[in-house]
Amino acid sequence: MGQITLKGVRKAFGDVEVIPPLDLEINDGEFVVFVGPSGCGKSTLLRLIAGLEDVSGGEIEINGQPSAELPPAKRGLAMVFQSYALYPHMSVRKNIAFPLKMAKLDQAAAKEKVDNAARILNLTDYLDRRPGQLSGGQRQRVAIGRAIVREPAAFLFDEPLSNLDAALRVNMRLEISELHQKLKTTMVYVTHDQVEAMTMADKIVVLQAGRIEQVGSPLELYRTPRNKFVAGFIGSPKMNFIEGDEAAKYGADSIGIRPEHIEVSTTEGAWKGTVGVSEHLGSDTFLHVDTEYGLINVRGGGEIGLHSGDTVYLTPDLSQLHKFDAQGQAI
Amino acid sequence: MARKISNRRRVIMTVIAWALAFVIFFPILWTIILSFKTEGNAIKAPWDVLTSAWTFDSYHVVQERSNYFRHFMNSVVISFGSTLLALVIAIPSAWAMAFVPGKRTKDVLMWMLSTKMMPAVGVLVPIYLMFRDWGLLDTRTGLVIVLCLMNLPIVIWMLFTYFKEIPKDILEAARMDGATLGGEILYVLTPMAVPGIASTLLLNVILAWNEAFWTLNLTAAKAAPLTAFIAAYSSPEGLFYAKLSAASTLAIAPILILGWFSQKQLVRGLTFGAVK
Repeated sequence: MGQITLKGVRKAFGDVEVIPPLDLEINDGEFVVFVGPSGCGKSTLLRLIAGLEDVSGGEIEINGQPSAELPPAKRGLAMVFQSYALYPHMSVRKNIAFPLKMAKLDQAAAKEKVDNAARILNLTDYLDRRPGQLSGGQRQRVAIGRAIVREPAAFLFDEPLSNLDAALRVNMRLEISELHQKLKTTMVYVTHDQVEAMTMADKIVVLQAGRIEQVGSPLELYRTPRNKFVAGFIGSPKMNFIEGDEAAKYGADSIGIRPEHIEVSTTEGAWKGTVGVSEHLGSDTFLHVDTEYGLINVRGGGEIGLHSGDTVYLTPDLSQLHKFDAQGQAI
Repeated sequence: MARKISNRRRVIMTVIAWALAFVIFFPILWTIILSFKTEGNAIKAPWDVLTSAWTFDSYHVVQERSNYFRHFMNSVVISFGSTLLALVIAIPSAWAMAFVPGKRTKDVLMWMLSTKMMPAVGVLVPIYLMFRDWGLLDTRTGLVIVLCLMNLPIVIWMLFTYFKEIPKDILEAARMDGATLGGEILYVLTPMAVPGIASTLLLNVILAWNEAFWTLNLTAAKAAPLTAFIAAYSSPEGLFYAKLSAASTLAIAPILILGWFSQKQLVRGLTFGAVK
């Protein structure tokens, strides 16, 4: 069981309130991702749940039990850090076994659990090495192994992939998702990378300045962002925003249209513009088009034959148009 | 591109370095030379000292007149004892200051260092009276306590700088893994800080070994370490250079040998944290 409930949780460092009172429900077995720009309080929120920071107000319940007075280890949660935070002086085996040693589990049972975790994570051949002799991906797996053996109510991941190179990050992303399917344990995952959030989450929590901007499934956030911030943050490349008279035509203060919802033509369309930079990725082409409404990014097909300086006409798919009022809230 | 150094420049630098090293080492060298001379030859002009006959006489006399081994054991117990006691107190203190600093942590660190700036003689009388009342005069226990207190600020400062280099994440991971505060310090922090702790230990053993003010003032015979052993050859009977030198050589020999073998640790200890 891994049900986590946040009721009016707030956190202040001195006079600076980094997280204003906030409510959130994390259901058993869910993969929840906290996403937001750096400094938005997502890591602090995770540390509050872990018990590494004390809440300044409100209550965190784990499986219905108030946890404010519980030290981190008694909360039944396991955490994987961005820096891996392995014990450099211990072998991989001892690293993974450390929480079991602290729990005073007998040696035979501990060995079985360590071997089992090592098998799940393909670490069996590395058990006698030191962390310094492992690659980044292997170190990350050791950190996950150390979390698995505790059989926690929930896993907490604090930007676990940001120290890895791009190719490895994609692999590890997949491995963590598979691990979630296998273990069916609640996972709370912090990242600033919206691609990680979209690909892994059952539920995404978008944070800005300590406030929850929106909670929902990846596609809910993509289709119906509640405000301009979420609209701009979720989706890659970013949504285009247009303000002024053009927006007023649609009865909004500003309108938003994703690059993949714009049709490009060389003959006719709603907005005329000139291609600035075109990025050919093979599968897609990203065009940066200068228009009278500003720079608009368009995602075109892979074989599109347009280059810098070409005149193009852009037509938004009106069914995919997002409208926002003066406060940036979706209409 | 690496900076080019001409051969001439290299030779000059090497000569200067050796000359400086010689000047620094000279007092020890001269003490060793004098210890192998007769009293009569020891006070001659430098050149005559070097050309005069060599002898072990001073060592024989020193050995007969005083019990070197007892002083040596006292020195070992006092210097290692005070350093180990200081480490036991300093490790948790440095942990607290490095990982859970408060608003006043920096002030506390400065205040501790400031006690080292106070002349020791300023507190001699109160400490002497306390030691007299508690029966600690001329005991190893008394000296272990007083030298521990004298070196504690340096030990805490050194450990503090080593601990600052250890990532906080690792200690938090230990906390998540169920380590108690004691477990965190014992299983994670201390093993990771072993190089730093070792050089702190070495440096402070040397400081305690050479400490003369408190050892001379608070001991008479029973607990007197090697510093008192040297001092016994100075004032009361006039200055006997050869015997004094022999005693000094015997006193510094153990620590010189220890220092020689642990050079690497010591230099690392003194320069640690200078570059990341």
